[in-house]
Amino acid sequence: MATPSLRSPLGRVRGLGSSRSGTHHWWMQRVTSITLLPLTIWLVFALASLAGAGYSEVQAWVARPLNAVLLLAFLAAGFHHTAAGWQVILEDYVKPERRRLIVVLLVNGLCALAWLATSFAVLRVALR
Amino acid sequence: MSMTEDGQHPNYVGTRTDGTPVNRPLSPHLQAYDMLQMTSALSIMGRATGIAWSIGLVFLVWWLTALASGPQAFATVQWFLGSVFGWIVLTGLIVVTWYHTLGGVRHLVWDAGYGYDIPTTYRSGRMVLIGTAVLSVLTLIILIAAWI
Repeated sequence: MATPSLRSPLGRVRGLGSSRSGTHHWWMQRVTSITLLPLTIWLVFALASLAGAGYSEVQAWVARPLNAVLLLAFLAAGFHHTAAGWQVILEDYVKPERRRLIVVLLVNGLCALAWLATSFAVLRVALR
Repeated sequence: MSMTEDGQHPNYVGTRTDGTPVNRPLSPHLQAYDMLQMTSALSIMGRATGIAWSIGLVFLVWWLTALASGPQAFATVQWFLGSVFGWIVLTGLIVVTWYHTLGGVRHLVWDAGYGYDIPTTYRSGRMVLIGTAVLSVLTLIILIAAWI
């Protein structure tokens, strides 16, 4: 006899589980990590070769369209990945539920703000 | 916090909906791991370097917003990054970045379903460490060459 299940057929088809979002969070962490792989390699070497550069030199570098677009992509993927990573760690170790919810929302909010601030900075420099 | 008999699976004391206490499983943490074992040490390092990256992002936020606000604010960041403390931060950040990146690649390979057996796990772990060292030195050479 098959094991009886309390899950409804509709719930099984949707496959969203108890998190109500399925594997979306896990998947986005992987998507952003794949995105960040080439972007990080580019950014690390680009920033390293900018060491000691002056204000106008760095501004000119950020204002170059390719650099500006890649920077914006890095910031979007980077802060998403940071928020996702922190959320997993906090969900593992922060108890009770209420405190966990508050801390996760706080970290997500901070990451969103930092993403907006840095993207705005890049656009301001690039469009000046 | 309490341990089960084998000491491997940490529990925490929670309460059921009727208020009676119950031992619930907790995600593995530092006290549950043998820190001298390479596999667990590298795993913990993955999360630690991810957290350390957040500190790096604070500097990236500072650097970019200063660049957008003007030469004076930017000069302050550049002065800080050029100081001894700044160099320590940057060097640490370079190592952390490469470790987290290469460790991430190792995880993506695992996610694709490869490299789970013990010898391969140790080999990939060593490759991450060697790769981190090589790329960090390379980055520092480029950094110092650009600086001079």
